[in-house]
Amino acid sequence: MVYLTRKAEFAASHYYHNPEFTPEQNRALFGKCNNPNGHGHNYTLEVTVKGSVDPTSGFVVDLKELKEVMNREVLDAMDHRFLNKEVPEFFTQIPTTENLAIAIWQRLVPKLKAAQLHRVRVYETPDLFVDFYGEP
Amino acid sequence: MKAHLTRRYLFSASHRLHSNEKPADWNRVTYGKCNNPHGHGHNYHLEVTVSGPVDPETGMVCNLVDLDGFVSREILGRFGHQNLNTLPEFASQVPTTENLCIAIYDILWRGFRQAHLEKVRMEETMMNSFAYAGGAELRD
Repeated sequence: MVYLTRKAEFAASHYYHNPEFTPEQNRALFGKCNNPNGHGHNYTLEVTVKGSVDPTSGFVVDLKELKEVMNREVLDAMDHRFLNKEVPEFFTQIPTTENLAIAIWQRLVPKLKAAQLHRVRVYETPDLFVDFYGEP
Repeated sequence: MKAHLTRRYLFSASHRLHSNEKPADWNRVTYGKCNNPHGHGHNYHLEVTVSGPVDPETGMVCNLVDLDGFVSREILGRFGHQNLNTLPEFASQVPTTENLCIAIYDILWRGFRQAHLEKVRMEETMMNSFAYAGGAELRD
């Protein structure tokens, strides 16, 4: 089994707000992240796939295909977007880094044919990142 | 859905690697420059990884304010800008980054209740890093 990781970067804005909470509860829980006008991050995405090395190509996965899937499913939808308003998953969920990693996993899984998705890592900043392994 | 959240912190501290149970020659040979009696310092990068179900109400594994508050109070406040050899944790063990990693893991394991502690990873320099998961194998 060989693991292969491809990185990508995207920039997006978001804010944290639960409509079931009062404004005071939202402010207390989410602090500065509750500003309804949003704020942004440069996100770094790392997608790790695993598989056996194809004896003919020498590849675990064709990197060009992986890059195209990541571009189409994630970057085209999220780069330079306001996550709460433009990405359907976040019409109903709070766009935390945790939920972003889960949403990216769920977008990629049905589109990856050759290799098995192992991990999605999303850096919100260099000092904060979330890993999702598809665990329930 | 279970997710893993990792937060990085930075603190600076000094130490000297020296075992009181061993003769001076052994210490010089074993620890080399790190045995300098006056000590030396590092900028330690600390990575704390916690895991748990993502709370549907908050979208979080745990509130970062709680994790940052705990680490700031119990770890950065205790070890930052200190000579590690003078601290109770290292009264009877050498303050290698291996032992520092385990000491920090133990503080988090005993005191941080808002999420499950997965591992502690430390970079002593850009070239050396250490990780401890309470004796468990690492997942990556």
